[in-house]
Amino acid sequence: MLKLRDGIVELYRKVATSIPTDVEEALKRAQAEEAEPLARESLDIILKNISLARTTSRPLCQDTGFPVFFVKVPRGLSHQLIKDVIRDATRLATQKVPLRPNAVNSVTEKNTGDNVGELFPLIYTEEIPEQTLTVDLMLKGGGSENIGQLYKLPAVLESGEGEGVPAERDFEGVRKCVLDAVFKAQGRGCPPYTIGIAIGGAKDQVTALSKRQLMRRLNDVHPDAALSAFETGILREVNALGIGSLGFGGRATALGVKIAAAERHPASYFVDVSFACWANRRGRLVW
Amino acid sequence: MVEKKAGGRCPWTMGREKRRTPSAEEGQGQGEGAHGTVVRKIHVPLSKEDALSLRVGEMVLLSGQMVTGRDRVHRLLVRERPGKEEIPFVLEGGVLYHCGPLIVKEGDAYRLIAAGPTTSMRVEMYEAEVIRQYGIRGIVGKGGMGEKTRAALQEAGAVYFNAISGAAVYLADRIRKVVDGWRVEEFGAPEAMWLLEVEDFPAVVTMDAHGNSLHRTIEDLSRENLRKLIRE
Repeated sequence: MLKLRDGIVELYRKVATSIPTDVEEALKRAQAEEAEPLARESLDIILKNISLARTTSRPLCQDTGFPVFFVKVPRGLSHQLIKDVIRDATRLATQKVPLRPNAVNSVTEKNTGDNVGELFPLIYTEEIPEQTLTVDLMLKGGGSENIGQLYKLPAVLESGEGEGVPAERDFEGVRKCVLDAVFKAQGRGCPPYTIGIAIGGAKDQVTALSKRQLMRRLNDVHPDAALSAFETGILREVNALGIGSLGFGGRATALGVKIAAAERHPASYFVDVSFACWANRRGRLVW
Repeated sequence: MVEKKAGGRCPWTMGREKRRTPSAEEGQGQGEGAHGTVVRKIHVPLSKEDALSLRVGEMVLLSGQMVTGRDRVHRLLVRERPGKEEIPFVLEGGVLYHCGPLIVKEGDAYRLIAAGPTTSMRVEMYEAEVIRQYGIRGIVGKGGMGEKTRAALQEAGAVYFNAISGAAVYLADRIRKVVDGWRVEEFGAPEAMWLLEVEDFPAVVTMDAHGNSLHRTIEDLSRENLRKLIRE
């Protein structure tokens, strides 16, 4: 288990100091296609920052995020044991990478100093029949976490001022919610964003599911044709809003949109929208 | 005043290259960005004249000293109103950077590892009063601020610079020195106030001392675009 712990420390280092190839490629494309001078300059510095962080092995953002783990555990291996190892690895990674201490006690306001506390890091485990342990880590920036939105349809959206816009219980309603969420976010969560969406019938179901979509590769294709078409269409529309890189205007508001639809209760129709900043830091350790 | 215009190129970049011809009495140098954008070199703390000469959409390189402050520093300054003698750094005419750095202590010195901007909107409820009470001349942050701060900047002759969000390593390399920290133990490193010495620190003027706000312009533009997308 010591080896697993050290493997997770290295996973922390990799995820904090580099961004996935697909995200970097998408940022390069966005920069090449951007016509707005300030947005282009900002993307230029972002790309320089990415390569500087990688070559000097420093965290590319000072906000090393809220660590969220999605772990696939082989049958027979204790989930609690895995959680303990992750918490140990987190303490070690905080010193070694280093990570910024981000765990703040909500009652005393004291920073725990080692990124470990009540439900911190956040760890989701599931059992799988295979014999490989898979540890996925997302370092979720606070700025992009704060701009996420939860909608309960039907709803009247206030965006755009004047009389509200009705959002019904259908894809058209979901589409309006996503555009509303991006409009409300403006440039505050460090665009170009990766956007995760979930539709379902329970609040906790959709918030976790939309965040999980941020782990998908930008170039993957949703197996459901309707949802795949939705992802492509809404990305085009989000990028027509004109918010752009860092909110400086232009086309590059989002790099990708990923959606999931869960079964829902007949009475409930929730839509959750999660955002990742341009530094969508995710990585995998296979054990 | 920046005009609002839906679709197409953003109005605030039009003709900017022409407008920014060097002027001898400015006393601050100029350079060029990676894509030929005109970049103005600015010394901080900056004078009121400098602040008044800056316009929304200008790219700048800041050199000199600035202090950091985020959620807890703002709450402290407004709720407890510490006097000038209590704060070890001069805030009058200074630049306040919304930043919670990743910083480690090595012996008696601090080593800065990553130091990009944090979301400014979280301190919107405090900022106008901080500008008035402590004579802040410049704010550096990300994502822009609201109407209260915009009005306070105009009233005080101060500006808001949007730093390059998330470019924390690149920006840390433009911070030459961590001079000192205040309330480091009590607030923790990210929330403490740090005095930093910066050189050629890139940022964009997104709210100027004349009441203009790029954030408001982009919000208006995106609202128009949103209306078109969801009302058709």
